Amino acid sequence: MDLSLSLIIFLPMGGMLLLFGFGKRIGEPGAGIVATLAVVGSFLIAVVLAFDFINGDGPAETVRWFEWLPAFGVEAELRWDQLSALMTLVVTGVGSLIHLYSIGYMRGDPGFGRFFSYLNLFITSMLILVLANNFALLFVGWELVGLSSYLLISFWFERPIAAAAGKKAFIVNRVGDVGFILALMLIFSVFGSLGFDTVFEGAHRGELTVTMATAIALLLLVGAAGKSAQLPLYVWLPDAMEGPTPVSALIHAATMVTAGVYMVARTGAIFELAPIAAATVAVVGGATALFAATIAIAQRDIKRVLAYSTISQLGYMFMGVGAAAYTAGVFHLMTHAFFKALLFLGAGSVIHGMSGEQDMHKMGGLARKMPVTFATMAIAWLAISGIPPFAGFWSKDEILGVVFERGGLWQVLWGVGLVTALLTAFYMTRMMWLTFFGEPRWDDGVEPHESPRLMTVPLVVLAGLSVVGGLVNTPFKATLEHFLDPVFEAVHLAHAPDGSLAWILAAVSVAAGIIGIGAAILRYRSRVPVEDGLGWRLLGNGYYIDDVYAGVFAGGGKLGADWLAFRFDVRGIDGAVEGIGSLTRKAGGWLRPLQTGFVRSYGLAIIAGAVGLLAWFLSRGGI
Amino acid sequence: MAVTPGWYMALAAVLFIIGAGGMLLRRNALVMFMSIELMLNAVNLTFVAAGRELNVLEGQVAVFFVMVVAAAEVVVGLAIIIAVFRRRQTASVDELTQLRG
Repeated sequence: MDLSLSLIIFLPMGGMLLLFGFGKRIGEPGAGIVATLAVVGSFLIAVVLAFDFINGDGPAETVRWFEWLPAFGVEAELRWDQLSALMTLVVTGVGSLIHLYSIGYMRGDPGFGRFFSYLNLFITSMLILVLANNFALLFVGWELVGLSSYLLISFWFERPIAAAAGKKAFIVNRVGDVGFILALMLIFSVFGSLGFDTVFEGAHRGELTVTMATAIALLLLVGAAGKSAQLPLYVWLPDAMEGPTPVSALIHAATMVTAGVYMVARTGAIFELAPIAAATVAVVGGATALFAATIAIAQRDIKRVLAYSTISQLGYMFMGVGAAAYTAGVFHLMTHAFFKALLFLGAGSVIHGMSGEQDMHKMGGLARKMPVTFATMAIAWLAISGIPPFAGFWSKDEILGVVFERGGLWQVLWGVGLVTALLTAFYMTRMMWLTFFGEPRWDDGVEPHESPRLMTVPLVVLAGLSVVGGLVNTPFKATLEHFLDPVFEAVHLAHAPDGSLAWILAAVSVAAGIIGIGAAILRYRSRVPVEDGLGWRLLGNGYYIDDVYAGVFAGGGKLGADWLAFRFDVRGIDGAVEGIGSLTRKAGGWLRPLQTGFVRSYGLAIIAGAVGLLAWFLSRGGI
Repeated sequence: MAVTPGWYMALAAVLFIIGAGGMLLRRNALVMFMSIELMLNAVNLTFVAAGRELNVLEGQVAVFFVMVVAAAEVVVGLAIIIAVFRRRQTASVDELTQLRG
């Protein structure tokens, strides 16, 4: 157990080191194969190790590596329970497929070896994050995924836009990390430990006051909002689309951005004690979901549609975990990983076939040219739109159900979620229609073609998962919920309603999806309407939030820096230094006349001094 | 009339004042030097007089120190004066005012 669990992390780590050193020499496609095999190996080990959990309730286990920070009582220790097992399976499973896809997508790129080295670094970091048994190691993984995200967003660093996007992601994440670090400090100050077991058991014994729990939970939320691109720290994710498309699929849709959801679910014991903070999580999630969905409607870049869609879906997950429906949140995390990875990889396939074109207004009519891509993406489209029996329906429906069941103001949130579902169906249909149907609007010289087998096979597998992935947790057979029960047994879980209410809610959300799809089909069926005007421009530019941030934070920072550099430094610091110098010169100028150059006047001064001293001594009556 | 220590002190004071006056009033560097020697020897006189009166040797010891230092000082001082005279053809200190501030 010890070795095999460690191997899950060591395999991609080894791949990363190998490719970092010899990636160029191994070359193409060897480097990709090495990286893919490393992740597949981790996946297989994880499957074998997870069998105990699947068969019954195998005990949660820990693997101690070494004593890390004795002063804090922190050990480098892994934890293997149902939640980390599920996350590991999603990360390595989806990760394997995306590695495979990347071999085809990155063909001919001069940084082929480097790319796979970074991808393996990401998998390693993400596994450290989900397998950590204390907050300190979790934080290490948290920062490492941020690093690999930065490296991969700015993978094509010779393009200034990509380099800037990488920096933006890194800096916005730092803002969230400040909250996370402060939360860790508070946790340590209360419990004197950073270990999961100690902290959560302590929280249960009532060692945490409500105020303190709220403070910790809100700070954790800041961290989670940074990593999972929630309001107000979401701005980095749309820009992150400058990275290669497989990166967008793996990191900025399926896995890394869900780290915040995982973290909230993991720390459920703390959020349970802080109902206000939990409600804040849900409100942030709901607001983000609706906000991002409206922006997604007006995007022309196919990847930016998906980026805003990801932000919106992450909002759903936050709504779920905020409503104490941790299973539902994690369930949506899983199904979303399937269909959103599929959508991104499909978009990558489209871009690949269109020779790099990303503007949907220059696509159209691709369904016949790219049948496999179209068919698989259509499945993902239905899944995200919440059409049964595809995966997205079950998870989204469960979250909405739980939120409705909480009653009171939560039902407002349910309404927000429902509107978001409608909008989601609308913009996804718009994307599908603009891309695959209608008249071809390709630029001259573009010859769309289906992608190679290496890229379509992962699409097909993910499509299969998007069909059946939701069936692991239906109201009729809640397998996933039972699977995760041991993790959340100490936490009070909110549940979805059952009976006729469940049917009504499901029918309403399906109706919302169908209305969204229908409206979009009506609008885009015959021709592409002109999408211009104030509203479209407002949405298309994301409510100009980027410009506001640039003006307020970047502009304010620049003003402050300018003031420091050209006012404070020049006038203040330099002024003080130069002032002391000129004061000394001036004083010297005043004293210069004393030096007459006449030796006899010096002699007079000496004698006068001697007489003066003598007089003083005599006046005191002796020496 | 016996020669009491007071007389020695008075003589030393007179010599000292002559020396000080010479140093302040004369322009020739050599004469100023001699005036300084006069002041030093005036002090020496007080030392030996006090030493004899108090019947201790320290007075004479101090005088030897002063003589040795004065000799060394004269060597350096005369060398400077001669070097200056060679360059400037003058020994008047009032013309040597290059170090004026």
